[in-house]
Formats: sequence, C-alpha cells, structure tokens
Amino acid sequence: MPVLNINGRNMSVEAANDSPLLWAIREQLQMTGTKFGCGAGLCGACTVHVNGEAVRSCQTSLSDVAGKKITTIEGLSAKGDHPLQKAWIAEQVPQCGYCQSGQIMQAASLLAKNSNPTRDEVVAHMDGNLCRCMTYSRIQKAIMRAASEMRTASNAATERRAT
Amino acid sequence: MNTHVKISRNKLEREPADLSRRSFLVGTAAAGLALGYSAVPGMIGADQALAAPSSFDASVWYSIAPDGIVTVTCGKADMGQHIASTMAQIICEELGANWKDMRVQLASNDPKYNDPVLGAQITGGSWSTMMNFDAMSRAGAAGRMALIDAAASAMALPPFFKDELIVRESVITHPKSKKSMSFADIVKSGKITRTFTPDELKAIKLKTPDQYGMIGVSVPQLDIPSKTNGTAKYGIDVMLPGMLYGKIVTPPVRFGATVKSVDDSEAKKVPGFIKAVILDDKTATTSGWVVAVANTYANARKAADALKISYDNGPNARLSSQSLLDEAKRLQALDDSGLFFVKDGDTASAFGAAAKVMEAEYTTSINIHAPMEPMNATAELKGDIWHLYSGNQFATRSGAIAAGAAGVDPKYVVMHQSWLGGGFGRRLDADMMVPAVQAAKAVGKPVKVIYSRENDMTMDFSRPLTFQKIKAGLDNDGKLIALNHDVVSAWPTQRWGIPDFLSPSVDKKGALDAFTVNGADFFYSVPNHNVRAIRNEMAHNATPSGQLRSVAPGWTFWAVESMVDEIAHAVGKDPALYRIAMLDGKGANDGGAQRLRNTLLAAMGMAGYGTKPLPKGEGMGVACVSSQERATASWTACVAHVAVAPSGEVKVKKLTVATDVGTQVHPDNIRAQVEGAALWGLSLAMYEKATLKDGGIEQTNFDSYTPLRMSQLPDVAVNVIANGEKPTGVGEPAVTVIAPALGNAIFNACGARVRALPITAEAVKAAMNKA
Repeated sequence: MPVLNINGRNMSVEAANDSPLLWAIREQLQMTGTKFGCGAGLCGACTVHVNGEAVRSCQTSLSDVAGKKITTIEGLSAKGDHPLQKAWIAEQVPQCGYCQSGQIMQAASLLAKNSNPTRDEVVAHMDGNLCRCMTYSRIQKAIMRAASEMRTASNAATERRAT
Repeated sequence: MNTHVKISRNKLEREPADLSRRSFLVGTAAAGLALGYSAVPGMIGADQALAAPSSFDASVWYSIAPDGIVTVTCGKADMGQHIASTMAQIICEELGANWKDMRVQLASNDPKYNDPVLGAQITGGSWSTMMNFDAMSRAGAAGRMALIDAAASAMALPPFFKDELIVRESVITHPKSKKSMSFADIVKSGKITRTFTPDELKAIKLKTPDQYGMIGVSVPQLDIPSKTNGTAKYGIDVMLPGMLYGKIVTPPVRFGATVKSVDDSEAKKVPGFIKAVILDDKTATTSGWVVAVANTYANARKAADALKISYDNGPNARLSSQSLLDEAKRLQALDDSGLFFVKDGDTASAFGAAAKVMEAEYTTSINIHAPMEPMNATAELKGDIWHLYSGNQFATRSGAIAAGAAGVDPKYVVMHQSWLGGGFGRRLDADMMVPAVQAAKAVGKPVKVIYSRENDMTMDFSRPLTFQKIKAGLDNDGKLIALNHDVVSAWPTQRWGIPDFLSPSVDKKGALDAFTVNGADFFYSVPNHNVRAIRNEMAHNATPSGQLRSVAPGWTFWAVESMVDEIAHAVGKDPALYRIAMLDGKGANDGGAQRLRNTLLAAMGMAGYGTKPLPKGEGMGVACVSSQERATASWTACVAHVAVAPSGEVKVKKLTVATDVGTQVHPDNIRAQVEGAALWGLSLAMYEKATLKDGGIEQTNFDSYTPLRMSQLPDVAVNVIANGEKPTGVGEPAVTVIAPALGNAIFNACGARVRALPITAEAVKAAMNKA
C-alpha cells in the first residue's frame, strides 16, 4: 500500500502504484480541493506541489511521488491565509472557482522562487492554467498583490533580524 | 420576440407559478424566524407536480436563526456569477441586516424555490437579477416589518412609535427611549407574529435608490473564501458511503448510435471492475452510451478503456460540418422555409424600389461549452426516493430526466444542488443524470459518474453551427429601407420538449425557437424587415445543441452588426454614425434605441474612436447590441482596436465595452461578469472551433479545442452605465458584441471583410487579397 507524505502527514492509500496521484488525493484521502479538469495535463486544475514544484497530479503516478513531499491547496497554509489566498479574496478573483485551487498552487510555486516577478514572467508561468470564466486579469493582479505583500513581509523580517 | 417565457408545470396545470397566488409567511419557531413565499393551502398542483413531497415550512427565501445569522436559500444555479450572494444582498438591503450575518445555501428542486417570474428552477438568459430583484426586495422588506412589530412589542412601545424604530446592521433601535434589540434578540423573544397577504406584500413600499445602503455596494462575495482554500463543494466532490464510480464510454458519433454488443472480458481483468451498464435511455438524451462501474474512478477508466463495444453508428455517421452547412444553405434558398420571427412592412416591394441591394452570408462554427468541471452526477436510491447530486442549471427539467431514466414519477426525485464548476448553459442539460441513475440502479449502490474531458467535449450540447443570409435594400441616400434576414440553425430550445419555451411566429403559422433568432429583432428603425427562423433538421439530429453563453445574439449580432458595417462602408458613411442615425427611437424602438445610442457613444468616447489617425495596419471597429432579448436587454457596445499583420495575424490591442444595466447591485461583480463575457466573445470569435466529421466531434481536449489563455489576454476596459432604470443581466450580453466589433475593426485595419467565425489568419489574409 503506497504511503503519501501529504501536507506534512504520512497517509497510506489503497491504490495501485501506477494510478494517478489526483484520484488518490480526491477519493482515497477525500481532499477534494484538487480538481479534475482534463486528465491530460492541459488545463492545470489538478496542480499540486511535489517537493515544492508545481506538477499536474493527473499526470503523476503514485510511484512518482514515493518519498516526496506533496502539498495540496488544503495544505498551502494552516488557515487559508497564504498571501496568495488573501490576495485572491482581496481581488475577488474566483467566479465559478473550479480552476482556482490549481491557479493558486501554480502561482505559489512561482512566488516561492521569485517574489518580484514581471508581468511576462507571471504570464509564462501561468499560461498552462485555463480559467473558463476568464478571470485572468484578476489572477494577475492577485499574484502581483501577493508578491508585494511577501516582499514587504520579507523586508520586515530582515529588518527584525538586523536589529 | 419572447416576452416572456413562463413555464407551466405540466399539461394539466397551465398556470405558471405566480406571486399573487402565494402568501408570505412569517413563522416563529424555536429554530428561528423563517420568511418566504409559500403556496396558499388548497392551491396544490402547480407546486407539487414535480418534486418529492415536502412540508411547507415557509422557510423559502431565508431564515433568521436565534443567533442572528440570516441564511438565504438561492433557487438559482451559481456558476460563478455569484447570484447566491446577489440574492442575499438584495434581501439584506431591505431587511436591514449586517452583511457579516448573511449566509447562503443552495436550494433543492422543491418547487417552492421556483423563480417567481419563470415558475421553474432554471438559470440562464441573464435573467436572475432582473426577475428576482422585486421578489427578494419584498421578502427582505416584509421581514424587516415583522421584526419591527416584534421589537416594538418586546420593547413595550405603543404601536404608533413603530415609525421611530431604526433598523440598521441587524439591530433595531428606538433612539428616544435608548432601547435596542438585535435580530437575534428579537427572534429569541418569540414575538414575531406578522403575516402578509399577497396584496399586502405587493403594497409594501420598497426603498428608493437614494435610500440604498447595500445595493450598489461591492460587498465581499459570500462564496469566494471557500473558493480559495479548497473547501467549496462542487457536484464532482460529493462523497457517499459505499459509493462506486462510473466512467462513460461514448460512441464515435455524437448522436444516433446504438450498442450492438459489449465484450467485457478484458475489463474483468481490471481490479475493482464491477459491471458494464448499457444505457436504456427512454428520454432520448443520450444514444449508445455504456457505463463502466468500478470501485475507484481510476479503475473505472481502466475498465472503460478495456471494454470492446461494437456499435451501429446510426443515420448521422457520414455527416460533417460541411454537410450541415450545405443543408443550411439549401434550406435558406427555399422560399417556404422556416417561420417569421419579424415581419414588418413589405420587404419584397421595398427591394423592388431600392437604389442598391446588398447580400452577405455569415457563419459560425460548432462551439463547445467545456466548463472546467467536467459533467458529472451522483445517484443514490434511498427508500423510494432517488437523490441526484449534480451542479445543474435546470433542476426542474433535470429532475424529470432523472426520473425518466429511473422509470419513476418525477416526484420521487430530489436534486441536490452544489456550486457549479462553470455552467455557460451546458448544465441546462441533464444527460449526466441518465448514466448515474441507470448505473446506480444496475449495481444497487450509489454511483458517481464522471465524464472524461473527451466525453465532455465530444458529447457536448454544443452551440450549433449557424448560417445566416442578409439581404439589404438602400434608398438613394444610402438609408437602409429593407432587410431580409434568414437564420438557419439547429433549434436547441425546441429539443427540451417544453412548448412554453417556443414562441408563435408573427403570422401564427407555427411555433419557433426564438432562442435561435433573438437579437435579429434589433432596435434600428428599418421600415421593412423580415427575419426567418429556419430549423436545420440535419444539424438538429446530428449535433443535439444547447444554449451556450449568450445563445442566439452570439450569432445574430455577428451577422447584423457586420452587415450594418458593410452597408455603411458601401455608402461612404462612418459605421458608428450610421448606426446612431438608425437608433432614432421611433415607434416600438422608443427608449431602447436611445439607451443603445448613448451606450455606443460612451464606448466611442472611452476608446477615443475617430479622434486620431491610427498607425497603418491598425483599426477600430464598433458594434452595439440589445442582448439578450428585446424585453430583457442590457444595452451594450464595444469598440475593438486591432492590429493586423500582412500575414493576416490579428492582434487584439484593446476591447472597450460599455453597458447600460439600469441598476447595479454589485458594481465589482458586474465588471467581472462583463469582462468575462467579453473575453468569451473574443475566445469564440478567434480561438474556439469544433468540427464534425463522420458524425463525431473531432476535438477531444484542450489541445485541439483551445479557449483563450492568459497569454492571449488583451487590454479590456469596461464602463458600466447605471442610470436608475430596472436592473438587467450581465452574464451574457457582452459576449455578443465582441465578434462583430472585431470583424469591423479588422476591415478598418486592412480592408479584409471576414464573415465566418472563428476568424483565422488565413481567412483574413484571403480576404485582404480580395480587397
């Protein structure tokens, strides 16, 4: 029985090693924030982090993630207060909301490495994530807002360390 | 023109649900204060025709709990337009509650949650706000009045002091005596006794716009936080104890196939495989479908792939998009085709007298809804009640389809609503109920059926392929004096089999599907004007079509607004000014035409239309529309700014959209909806195309069917005009204005006139060479 390290906990799932991570997360662990959209890595709705990298969980088998750290939207922050989640609310991004877990997870992997992205970097990073409600401009704004907040927080932390 | 659809519950009960037949109840119970419309006792029939028996607890539109929490039950499908939150906002305005106390929940298919105007549970047409504003306002106001009475009594104030009570943010205060009670206190006091007759309800004096404190404020949408942390539940997220999973296997043709045999010998080797179920669909919603049922969805998919199914592909197996288009052209050429949607004046003699006659043909391709949440439904039989869990836009009909699939009376079906992972009209259809119900019946356990993206795309109830021909007659001054407009398409709404959704032709010769021609009855003054609605039977059968965001105006305005532009250019007039001249507000166009003219001027002003020369290869184009229907129009105009490369490649630089919505409930949401709609319009105009080959849809996933992505996002400017008229809808109208504005901009940029959607670089290049 494969064991998944997911959102900081080890959880065993009853599924074959070659079965997609997406369905193990949704059905076995009943964490339904990660969505099924296309089953082909074309839309990004199923995006999760594996060792901090954004991956399409519909294209990732359980054997691919053995011993690796998986993070889903449920584990991105303890209280739903990751700067991106706060920015998503501040900018009132979601319409139907179905793609937004994947959008947020995709964006989080960008900001973890680059907290000062240009608009072009945001577009290049996010272009694989479809939003059928077409909330793209608000997604961009929210990413920029979250990036700005993260930089402010980071500067504040640096100043605290310095003093 | 359909002004306006009202749906009868069944053949015996022709009366649509109507507020006048209902009473407003205010009930006090230990549980709290429940407010809403309820059927008048003795008027059983309309209200109990379809759904499972339920008590009339009067807790219809909202209830206030002893802790002061106001929970609004929304009978509309929320597919991202935040309509549940909007209903709460309208109630909150008149009730006087604090927004922090408002909650929403989604209604079941119990008829008591029917739309007060439409008499059914259906969400579409950009109708919800306009048709529920009054009822929700009155519900809120009645609640406030009941609370005031109870508070006055609890505060031991004489009745004539009632007017001195102030209701604000869930608290009722009496400043003179410095007494105050929260809604929670009042509910707990148990002193609420007031009831309202229908006449009293009607007589309630609602707030005037200058008194609004909530309407017009962009309050935080109640559903948004749950959509940022994974907790929002969609149909696909339903989990029931003992539930199994179903994956459908669909035939190579869109419709008309039958299953000859199923060999499950390989599927049986898949662990967890339980059964292959061949659908027996007496509702004729599906054809030739099989469901592979297994213990997990991954195994169901494996088993589905392992099934060997042989089909009779049926009568449509040789048809292609070209066949449907050829048939459309053949039908249009016949003098006696179709039914008249508009017949004003005498076009035949006007053409005889015309100084100039122009003709043009416009087409649109098959388009696929492809909401991000693939179609799904979960069915469970508990006792003798079928429970269906599926995000759905038309609970009234979908429940009946589920019942048909189960072979039971519709009153034994309960539909459980959830957030919709996109609707766009796709979830008006009920095909997903059929495999869920029949699989659950076959295995005796709850089954969740989830379509693969490939199933979802190839079995979409698509926007139909359309062909339109317009013939225009001009007088010596270049004025449009005659217009014949033929619209050939499948008839999506007729497919529903609900007569009330059809409209009599103007000469009463038959019933037509107005949802294929709405918009063609525009607000321009054209003295001689015919519009024929022509059903393409071949397309109707081969590509069962549905309502796709913006429906008919998505194609009728493509033709009308392109043709008006062509005419203006042909007579050497500025296309915007030519439109304005025709928006003179004469006769039946009075009011609407002027609003549309003003909106067009607003868009022109915002875009700087005609104020300065543009660089070579660039152009601006205008369009203006009265979508969705004449009776429900949101006056919308667009100026598109494009740059066209010599290769024919079009870059959309900016879309400037103005829309007159009368009254804004939630300005920020309107902007979000209008922008989303405009981008849908762009996506349909330039990036989305489905094709039929050998009876099947060729596009299967987002690699071949390609909606707009972030990198294709142009600059979009939205200006909302709120002039105090009644609120109109915003989910769809802006879709319809984009394609013609783009086509017109492309013409102004490079002289290429494109008449087929989607617009491709090849078509632009070819048209450039002709120009």
